Amino acid sequence: MSLLLNTVLLVFLLVTAFAVMRVKVLLAMVMLFGLYSLLVSSLFVVLDAPDVAFTEAAVGTGISTVLMLATLAAIRHGHSAPIKPGKRALPLALSLAMGALLIFGIQDLPNFGEANSPAYREVAQHYIDKGQQETGVPNLVTAVLASYRGFDTLGEVTVVLTAGIGVLLLLGRREKVHLIARKSNE
Amino acid sequence: MSESLILRVVTKWLVPVILLFALYVQFHGDYSPGGGFQAGVIFSSGFLLYALVYGVDATTRVLPEAVLRIGACLGVLLYGGVGVVSLIRGGTFLNYSVLAETPVAGQHLGIILIELGVGITVACVMLLLFYTFARNIPPQ
Repeated sequence: MSLLLNTVLLVFLLVTAFAVMRVKVLLAMVMLFGLYSLLVSSLFVVLDAPDVAFTEAAVGTGISTVLMLATLAAIRHGHSAPIKPGKRALPLALSLAMGALLIFGIQDLPNFGEANSPAYREVAQHYIDKGQQETGVPNLVTAVLASYRGFDTLGEVTVVLTAGIGVLLLLGRREKVHLIARKSNE
Repeated sequence: MSESLILRVVTKWLVPVILLFALYVQFHGDYSPGGGFQAGVIFSSGFLLYALVYGVDATTRVLPEAVLRIGACLGVLLYGGVGVVSLIRGGTFLNYSVLAETPVAGQHLGIILIELGVGITVACVMLLLFYTFARNIPPQ
């Protein structure tokens, strides 16, 4: 059952990925990206990772689709740059090289679900054995994220805040900048 | 912004449900999938839906941008503050065990507080991003 589900989801994923490449209309592309995220989050559910699936569905399918739609609306009157034919050799070679490099790198990873991989041998055993006892939180993911790895999560939240500040600085109110410039001129 | 009556009415019914679900994900994250990050995104998507149907100006009347800026920083401050409080109470940074009488109660309190901080920051930053993007959309 799981194999069938995985196969169907992965085939759909591939079809969506190719459709994203083939589609010419940007709006349809954004929609397909949302669908792609939804399929990935379904895969996470099949892999017994509901917390990650939740995040992927909320961020990938929800927020980022809306942000991309807003961007499309903002650049509606922008100039478009048609891709010149014959300039595809270099991007293709780059993509193939990158893909080959990634596949080469995968060889060093432990096999999928291998019990002896470092991820399962070190602290994970302690989290599983003592997690609920030490933190009193039944959801192990929350216990690890918020308590054992609390410092990492603090870093993540700071990254989110920094990203927000960066976007505000880049795209924030323009008039204010002009106002300040005018004031300093006077 | 949409003039469709169906969209407007459905949105009015849907937004409170989305917000309530976000709060459930936020405070039930200890027992079920979810947590601060997911809750923040869902909370902001409730307002996002409202903004898509009723316009950004109507949404900024409910949630002004200044409030969001303060909220985004407040979340990180709450998170770091929990760490500092645990330092003051004699533990290490972000060691929640010293926050209450028993270590387990302290852990629970600490986790709820920092998840709340994560949720507030994520919700505010996501909405800020949307406001900023939407303001750059030229009028029809």
